[in-house]
Amino acid sequence: MPTLAKTGNEAMAEAMRQINPDVVAAYPITPATEVVMIFSQFVADGLVDTEYVAAESEHSAMSACVGAASAGCRVMTGTSSQGLQLMSEILPIVSALRQPIVLCEVNRALSGPINIHCDHSDTMAVRDFGWIQIFSENAQEAYDSVLQAVLIAEDEKVRLPAMVTTDGFIISHCMEKIETMEDDAAKKYIGEHKVKNSILNLEKPITLGSLDLQDYYFEHKMPVVEAMKQAKDVIVKVGKEFGQKFGREYGLLEEYKLADAEFAVVALGSTCGTTKAVVDELRNNGLKAGLLKVRVFRPFPGEEIAQALSKVKAAVILDRSDTYCNQGGQLYTEIRSAMYEAAKKPLLANYIYGLGGREISLEGIRQIYKQLQECQSSGQVIHFGVRE
Amino acid sequence: MKKNMGWKELWHGDSVPAGTAKEFQTGDWRSERPVFCAENCIHCYFCWIYCPDSAITLDENKKVSGIDYRYCKGCGICDVECPTKKDKRAITMEAERK
Repeated sequence: MPTLAKTGNEAMAEAMRQINPDVVAAYPITPATEVVMIFSQFVADGLVDTEYVAAESEHSAMSACVGAASAGCRVMTGTSSQGLQLMSEILPIVSALRQPIVLCEVNRALSGPINIHCDHSDTMAVRDFGWIQIFSENAQEAYDSVLQAVLIAEDEKVRLPAMVTTDGFIISHCMEKIETMEDDAAKKYIGEHKVKNSILNLEKPITLGSLDLQDYYFEHKMPVVEAMKQAKDVIVKVGKEFGQKFGREYGLLEEYKLADAEFAVVALGSTCGTTKAVVDELRNNGLKAGLLKVRVFRPFPGEEIAQALSKVKAAVILDRSDTYCNQGGQLYTEIRSAMYEAAKKPLLANYIYGLGGREISLEGIRQIYKQLQECQSSGQVIHFGVRE
Repeated sequence: MKKNMGWKELWHGDSVPAGTAKEFQTGDWRSERPVFCAENCIHCYFCWIYCPDSAITLDENKKVSGIDYRYCKGCGICDVECPTKKDKRAITMEAERK
């Protein structure tokens, strides 16, 4: 396996090159620009067979993706923040049409105020659109998950679009050592695109996007509900097989020193790496600290999280975005909801942190574990690291 | 298509069989109707190609033969596009109720 120094964006573009999609339609946006910029260079250099559509906006980009997927193509794109929001009118159409489009999404704060740095507001804002959402802790995971996302999205039981996210600048622009597959191995792993529907198939002419009112709209949403249920097992299966083939296994969650932990942090994305370092340090000092990394946010692994947290005394849920619902961030509200049926409930607190790229340091995580040990009651929502 | 299907019976991915517009007769939307005059028609097919509802009928010799009022919504595009002269119109619009 080649070992390379790659930024998160380069790692995602490299995965795209090896996937060699039929069509990529995109509009560049910071910090995801390089994903499609590097890929367009692959197209120009003839390294891929892809038809590259340089769209005039993200709305057009995702619309072109829908058109290409409707024709039976394997389709990918990349975006971030405002770009994802501009796509958002089209995103639920993709899931309703059951098109397995794979999107490389780089997490960035939403305007306003305008900001180009990392938080999870953009991805969380589209969480209810029927897309699979996979978070990455580092560039390696981003590369691996983009490849896996094709298999997950195109699985017969799933056939849903998937977005794989990295954290803006923290992962997207930082260079790390990653292991990639040989091109042949990647090609074999990805396999041929199985076409389910094609508007160009004259043997079976179909209509897509027809008017669907009180009589059928509801029925047409149900397959998405069912596919999202099925997606859980498929993600686990694909992650396990990936581990068998390439040595790095993936699941819905990753438990880090959680088995005997008394105090746990639950987080998404790059912050998990920071937290692991603090967990090691605290363990050396005799504190039973642990981490629960949530890799997959959609479908939401509620039961699995409730099970994983059943033995801890107290847990902090870290959200890098707010819902403004006064009950905490997206990850917290969903975990709290998932814990309702749990026989054993730890104390839960919500820390909303890192908005607009505000740094979360080792010291910050240390403080969170310290405050967690003093936690007496559930339900606190704290905006951490903000000046008053 | 069968009526009131359950979601498990539906075609994959929000797709439906092509050509179902045939089962949906939109002629009753009409407030004005195009009236065809065969002797003034020059068979240029402008109306036939412009009609958004494929409601211009052709005879066995592929000549324009009239309007299919089951589907014609009375949009008037055929009248606008018809190149025949003012006193020899092949298509004229008339109110459904006078």
